[in-house]
Amino acid sequence: MAIVILGAGQAGLQIATSVRQKGYTGKVVLIGDEPHPPYQRPPLSKAFLKGTTDAASLIFRPAEALAAQGIDLILGQKARRIDLIAKTVEINDGTVSYEKLALALGARPRQLAVPGADLEGVYSLRGLADGQKLMSALTSANNVVIVGGGFIGLEVAATAVAAGKVVTVLEAGPRVMARAVAPQISTWFDKMHRDMGTRIVTSAVIAWIDGTDHVKTVTLGDGEVIAADLVLVGIGAVPNTEIAAEAGLECPNGVLVDAVGRTADSDIFAAGDCAFHPNRFAGSYVRLESVQNAIDQSKTVAAAMLDETASYDAVPWFWSDQGQAKLQTTGLPFAAERHVVRGDPEAGKFTVFHLKSGRVIAADSVNSPSDHMCARRMVAGGIPVIPEVLADPATDLKTLAMQRTA
Amino acid sequence: MTTIHFQSPSGEVTTLKGVVGQSIMELATSNGVSAIEADCGGACACATCHVIVDQSWTERLPAPGVMERDMLDFVAEPTSTSRLSCQLHITDDHDGLLLHLPSKQS
Ligand SMILES: Cc1cc2nc3c(=O)[nH]c(=O)nc-3n(C[C@H](O)[C@H](O)[C@H](O)COP(=O)(O)OP(=O)(O)OC[C@H]3O[C@@H](n4cnc5c(N)ncnc54)[C@H](O)[C@@H]3O)c2cc1C
Ligand code: FES
Repeated sequence: MAIVILGAGQAGLQIATSVRQKGYTGKVVLIGDEPHPPYQRPPLSKAFLKGTTDAASLIFRPAEALAAQGIDLILGQKARRIDLIAKTVEINDGTVSYEKLALALGARPRQLAVPGADLEGVYSLRGLADGQKLMSALTSANNVVIVGGGFIGLEVAATAVAAGKVVTVLEAGPRVMARAVAPQISTWFDKMHRDMGTRIVTSAVIAWIDGTDHVKTVTLGDGEVIAADLVLVGIGAVPNTEIAAEAGLECPNGVLVDAVGRTADSDIFAAGDCAFHPNRFAGSYVRLESVQNAIDQSKTVAAAMLDETASYDAVPWFWSDQGQAKLQTTGLPFAAERHVVRGDPEAGKFTVFHLKSGRVIAADSVNSPSDHMCARRMVAGGIPVIPEVLADPATDLKTLAMQRTA
Repeated sequence: MTTIHFQSPSGEVTTLKGVVGQSIMELATSNGVSAIEADCGGACACATCHVIVDQSWTERLPAPGVMERDMLDFVAEPTSTSRLSCQLHITDDHDGLLLHLPSKQS
């Protein structure tokens, strides 16, 4: 039998290696439209952009190592159509038959819908090719405007300002990273970036981008004109679901799957950034964009493809490196009723816990890996906490986190 | 080229040649040492690249940084010579380094 995986990114690679680790000896075909073997994206906005890591070291495993594991890698080929009845996938150069199919199609940057967004000098960042373009553009740029104060935008801002550029971040919301972290964390990072020299405009409305062929300025709704020779748009991502939807699979916000990662077609699965899945930590269906989700969900899908039935139940976690600061988050902060701060924001080392019904549902840590690791256990275990105890520096978090729930 | 040995809990040894500056994690994962998962790709954010330095080598490695020490508390089977292999960068002095692989990463 053949397992075919569409999308050779973090999730696709994980599915391929996991089915092999589980002892599956049939054919494994991993198909990707990028020219590179699977590689890591997180460094694109971090070490790679800074120049402290090169393209070669982003590659997870050389193609030969994958071949040695019996993974047939087909690169530079786009999957164009899935035929659910014939169980085939059309790619640029032919047709591939599957018995089980995994969709690991990832997501692509959301486009900025304002006039001038298609000018030269306006970039987005998803793949290695984008990273290489951005890096070389950054070398010669002076005025950098970043649209979107999310993780990617702020990571790039920190690198650009450290390289001596004039950097402006335009955030549509009332605070940076608003959907992902507690207000205290936004405030702390806002100050950190300003201290580094970045200008941050919140509640920003972009009217248009100007330039003849190359971008020159960005005009805001209030009439302010900001000089720009490089604009990076980082306003979120949309899942690559077109081929799934065209095949008749339901794709409300990503490919709809059940707890084991299976679609309505029992031979088709999805994982990673493209999968809309039931998640205990969200209390609903969600689509997550993180390395953790890509890896853990892919392990679940690999098991399900081999007819095991473990549900996806891994605690979400994420990290973001901005300037000298390391942000680590766990859980999903939707529906928090209150926030508890532990540690000292002034000293640049603290954690904000998101509480709901007396339990930690999420936590954001700044330069506090130990808190973060404890918080992961607390979120996973649904451990009841007393806010004052949690905030008390005398409390040993590790002991608290190790408790068993009744 | 610097020779590094990885010994599995069952005693099996994988010997790899790394280049100076490369992390031990990169050397291991790019050569299919699956006992090193390295979920975060070297960001010191996951603690799934745990290795145990052989007693005979502990003195010859630089001490772990604060971040690494904190994360090491949370590996599945911590020992006094545990390290995160993404934070260990190969130098000329590491020729012959012996590392033990844990039976699980998390
Ligand atoms: C700049 C950046 C920084 C990030 N930083 C972090 C971080 O610090 N921490 C963290 O946890 N996460 C981070 N992420 C998110 C993380 O990288 C993603 O969640 C992860 O890559 C998702 O894996 P995936 O396999 O689902 O998607 P991808 O890695 O995007 O892989 C999908 C692949 O499928 C290909 N594809 C799509 N359609 C087709 C088709 N029809 N045919 C063939 N191939 C196709 C795509 O080109 C791509 O190669 C970052 C992402 C970016 C872009
Ligand atoms: S690879 Fe994640 S901590 Fe080392």
